[in-house]
Amino acid sequence: MSESLFRISPGFEEVMPVEYRELVTNGPCGREVGVSDLGTFKELIEEHPLCAGCNMGLALRLILASLPKPEDTVIVGSTGCSSLAFTQVAVHNIHSLFGNQNAVASGLKRALRLRFPDKVKDVVVIAGDGATVDIGLDMVMQSWFRRERITTIMLDNEVYANTGGQESGMSPQGTVLNMAPLGKRFPKVALPEIAREAGCAYVATISPAQPKRLERMVRRAILTAREVGPTYVQIFCPCPTNFKFRPNEGLQKIKQRQKEGTFQVREYVSPEAQAFLAELEGADHEK
Amino acid sequence: MVNQRVVTPEHLFFEAQREKQFITGSEAVREAIRRANVDLAVSYPITPQSESMHLVGDIYAEGYLKEYFRGESELAVMAEVAGASMGGVRVFTATGGPGTLRAFEMFPAWAGARLPIVCAFLTRGVNSPLSIQPDTIEMAFMLDTGILMFHAESAQDLYDMILKAFVIAERPDVHLPVGVFADGFFVTHTREQVAVAPADLKLPPYDPYAAPVPAMDMESAPVRQMRDPFVMKSNFISYAAHASWQQEILAAQERARKYVHRYLEGLVEVEHPEAAVLVMASGTMVSQSREAVAVARQQGLDIGLVKIKSLRPFPREEIKTLARQARTIIVPEYNRVGWLCREIKAAVEDTTKVVGGPRVFGGMTMPPEVVLDQIRRCCA
Ligand SMILES: Cc1ncc(C[n+]2csc(CCOP(=O)(O)OP(=O)(O)O)c2C)c(N)n1
Ligand code: SF4
Ligand SMILES: [Mg+2]
Repeated sequence: MSESLFRISPGFEEVMPVEYRELVTNGPCGREVGVSDLGTFKELIEEHPLCAGCNMGLALRLILASLPKPEDTVIVGSTGCSSLAFTQVAVHNIHSLFGNQNAVASGLKRALRLRFPDKVKDVVVIAGDGATVDIGLDMVMQSWFRRERITTIMLDNEVYANTGGQESGMSPQGTVLNMAPLGKRFPKVALPEIAREAGCAYVATISPAQPKRLERMVRRAILTAREVGPTYVQIFCPCPTNFKFRPNEGLQKIKQRQKEGTFQVREYVSPEAQAFLAELEGADHEK
Repeated sequence: MVNQRVVTPEHLFFEAQREKQFITGSEAVREAIRRANVDLAVSYPITPQSESMHLVGDIYAEGYLKEYFRGESELAVMAEVAGASMGGVRVFTATGGPGTLRAFEMFPAWAGARLPIVCAFLTRGVNSPLSIQPDTIEMAFMLDTGILMFHAESAQDLYDMILKAFVIAERPDVHLPVGVFADGFFVTHTREQVAVAPADLKLPPYDPYAAPVPAMDMESAPVRQMRDPFVMKSNFISYAAHASWQQEILAAQERARKYVHRYLEGLVEVEHPEAAVLVMASGTMVSQSREAVAVARQQGLDIGLVKIKSLRPFPREEIKTLARQARTIIVPEYNRVGWLCREIKAAVEDTTKVVGGPRVFGGMTMPPEVVLDQIRRCCA
């Protein structure tokens, strides 16, 4: 989209909501702004309804601030807590069904490549752990097998949060949750490893406790998906509501898990992606 | 891409010189798609549909479509064409029987998202027990998904209805998915003379900017922000938003009626509307009934035939009017539940006139003699 489309027809400035006016005058589109500039520009997400202290809400803010080209990005979501926030997100975003996000994104990306052969249109999937690793796993992996040029981001709160705290494939072994009354009997699914084997050119795990690294990983994932192949970012965002900790304890929880070694920040870059990123980032340095 | 000339739908359907080809129903699907200016098609095998999408793959390789691939399951395929349709291109796919049921959650999602997807449903029995044979039971499940539904009697119908489906589906005041149904094997695997337009003509391209919902391409400014996402709020505004959206889908189905009239030349075709007894059928059951009716008329019985081409929108008024003067209505079907009989009973004023059956299912054919027996009983 050209930036000029993001404007208000003359005469309507007064009636448009203030948050929309700010988006037009001080939004991130067509500008080099990122996570370090938060607070100085109008963010793409407005007053989301997620719980107080929701790490997913924080992760979403950071992801949206990290998009390399928001004015040409379409997001595909899925059912779950994050779908409640997407109605307030100012880029085109799709909610279709619970779990079919990577199939929708595959069709969408191919359509956009047909319609805009000379233009970059980034397609980014953002979905929960249940959507990604349980009900949607076949479509997620098949999109990787097919080498679709999309980025898949999992908001990993280790639980079906939106439906009231049930066990998911990403819940740690032993955790007592709804539908796991005796504790989960099998370990957290190793989706980053699966992603790598399934053909992802770039795989990373991160949390909102490290905003700058999260930004760098999201950007690398989206840029790699443009030119090299599918990419996957798994963002650990523990849920205060279902795991019953205080809203202000989220970052502590992440750090505690990091200390225990049950959550690690990791990055895998395929040789092809490495060459691509080296060239791209080298060029950035020279600027 | 193959060089083809864009012509108006009217020219392609009604004016262009047609050539007769002796082809199967699956080949008729290929010939329709060859002229439909489809951007992207996704395939997945299931008997008796598979061949039709092989053939679409062949014309992709020849350069008639821009993109084609095999999906991983019917649920995924229907999501893939949905994503592509939201991205603003014209899409096509086909399935049948268990494939239809596997994908089921997507059909109301297509209608709800107002996607003008065209899908051929080449019907067969559903499990269990396993059957690959002809049966139209899946159509019972599809009736209330919000998609438009046409039922082809022959390969000729299948060719015409698929092409016309794109034009009806994409009208801005309709903008709904269309399912073109044909009875597996009876239509897909048999050969007949099909009159087709020249292969160097094609429909005008899809215009995503004429759609009532924005294409998800970030070429228009995104409309945000609902401060209260209505999806999970328990308040009147959220209910009203959802309810009016659903009503609008029904209203769009109603608005499709005039285009079904224009392009399919009516929702029904009637032979001898004045007769005391009428056989009402859809799909290949019309052919079986036509033979029975011809024999019965030779024997002096006062019998007529109603071919129902459009099931959504349903020809309520047409059937109500026809039923008024008839004494009895016979509804033969290729399924065990009798969904067409239910639909007709819901349209007529006096339901005691409607005689459900004969019905065959599980792959059986319907000998015209069985329909004839029913006609004789009802004319006695
Ligand atoms: C087909 C289908 N099955 C089940 C559901 C119910 N459902 C809605 S959201 C959800 C949980 C989502 O979990 P996750 O993907 O981890 O997202 P979270 O809410 O934790 O962010 C479930 C089970 C549904 N909407 N559709
Ligand atoms: S339930 Fe958990 S994941 Fe969902 S909004 Fe609340 S804190 Fe966030
Ligand atoms: Mg979750």
